[in-house]
Amino acid sequence: MILLRNVCKSYATRAGMRSILEGVNLTVNRGDQVGILGRNGAGKSTLVRLVGGVERPTSGTIQRSMSVSWPLAFAGAFQTALTGMDNIRFICRVYGVNAEEKVDFIEEFSELGNYLREPMRSYSSGMRARLAFAISMVVEFDCFLVDEVIAVGDTRFHEKCLIELFEKRADRAKVIVSHDAHYVKSHCDKAAVLKNGKLVMFDDMDDAYFYYSEQ
Amino acid sequence: MGSDISKLSLGHSLAVESRVIGALLRREMLTRFGRHNIGFLWLFVEPMLFTVGVTTLWTLTKAIHGSSIPIVAFALTGYSSVLLWRNMPHRCIGAILPNLSLMFHRNVKVMDIFAARLILEMAGASISFAVLSIFFISIEWLSPPEDILQVLFGWGLLTWFGWALAVFLGSVAEESEIVEKLWHPASYLLFPLSGAAFLVDSLPKAAQEAALYIPMVHGVEIVRAGYFGSQINSHYDVGYMIGVCAVLSLLAMAQLRKISRNIIPE
Repeated sequence: MILLRNVCKSYATRAGMRSILEGVNLTVNRGDQVGILGRNGAGKSTLVRLVGGVERPTSGTIQRSMSVSWPLAFAGAFQTALTGMDNIRFICRVYGVNAEEKVDFIEEFSELGNYLREPMRSYSSGMRARLAFAISMVVEFDCFLVDEVIAVGDTRFHEKCLIELFEKRADRAKVIVSHDAHYVKSHCDKAAVLKNGKLVMFDDMDDAYFYYSEQ
Repeated sequence: MGSDISKLSLGHSLAVESRVIGALLRREMLTRFGRHNIGFLWLFVEPMLFTVGVTTLWTLTKAIHGSSIPIVAFALTGYSSVLLWRNMPHRCIGAILPNLSLMFHRNVKVMDIFAARLILEMAGASISFAVLSIFFISIEWLSPPEDILQVLFGWGLLTWFGWALAVFLGSVAEESEIVEKLWHPASYLLFPLSGAAFLVDSLPKAAQEAALYIPMVHGVEIVRAGYFGSQINSHYDVGYMIGVCAVLSLLAMAQLRKISRNIIPE
């Protein structure tokens, strides 16, 4: 279970403290498929980074009693001066996975071939997202945090990701942030809307959509 | 805050910690030394070149150090200890920025990044000191240390001082860029004051007292007391050195804790 209680997050900016999240509560049980809708700048990525423990809340508590992935996103999690292969080895070591057993899967799934031996700074954003997704499938988490990354890549790759995440790992919990209500509707069984620093939870997808689209 | 409740056992934490630091160590070796020419041997070849260079210079210029011990012995013990306290802070200042993306993984903490760099630095300086000692002893330019345990004890204290100073400066540097600008001249100016280039006993009485306020001086004196024992008159206060290291460690941990809360990985 993941439990967020009264979580606030603010950042220091030149114009003073800017509050992004103001008292967010969230419970994610094993197997839950939670979608979080929010417009650009609503604080979706901040929320998912707090859930993943990448950053710490300004106040409030976050408890995790299941293993939670890092947020799968376009950027982050990699050191671009290193090759894809070095990054794979690093991440596997950090999570205690034998990298050599997994390389074949990553190579095949990411479709990167020899590019895996090149520094990641030479990758396109699509290539990075493909590698990010492939690596995250190597570590068996109880809960996956997904921050937009799935939206990347061509249709065929998109399909492959959906199969890995929602069919092969249907039993794992997921927290998916998106601005796309249809995407959330088709993959989640619970939805929450992040608006003005508050998170509102809905059991019914259409209610969430209605609340999300009203200004 | 943000704890994994099911995984609070000490054994599990230690396993995670050693995995993370191990992964960071290998990554650090790759980015620093690469896979070209002699690769990670540079870890201790570089400090060895420094020490040999300084030893040669001091020998050629017949540096005055006010004692009967050979210049080689004097330079080896002195310069090796400088490598410890000078390079460790140097590697920790500005260490966070290039590693921000790795902290995307929850278990990778600021201290792990510092620790990986410090372990490498410590290993480099220690291997260099040991290899050069063995080399100079085997060609009989240097007699074996009279009390090897005391040498190790002094070396250990200098290493502790280096760690504490490095973590402190590295964490303060995260909040203030001035640290990076000032550490360079400061380390340069501290070098002649650190005891590397003099024996406390050879200083005038008034200068001795002033010199003994500088923590590194005690460490170097202990290393030399272990090496040359009966040939020189060493001045040091183990209690003072440990006190300074302990206070500095506390300050370092407090500052580390403060900045860790506000790190924003890329």
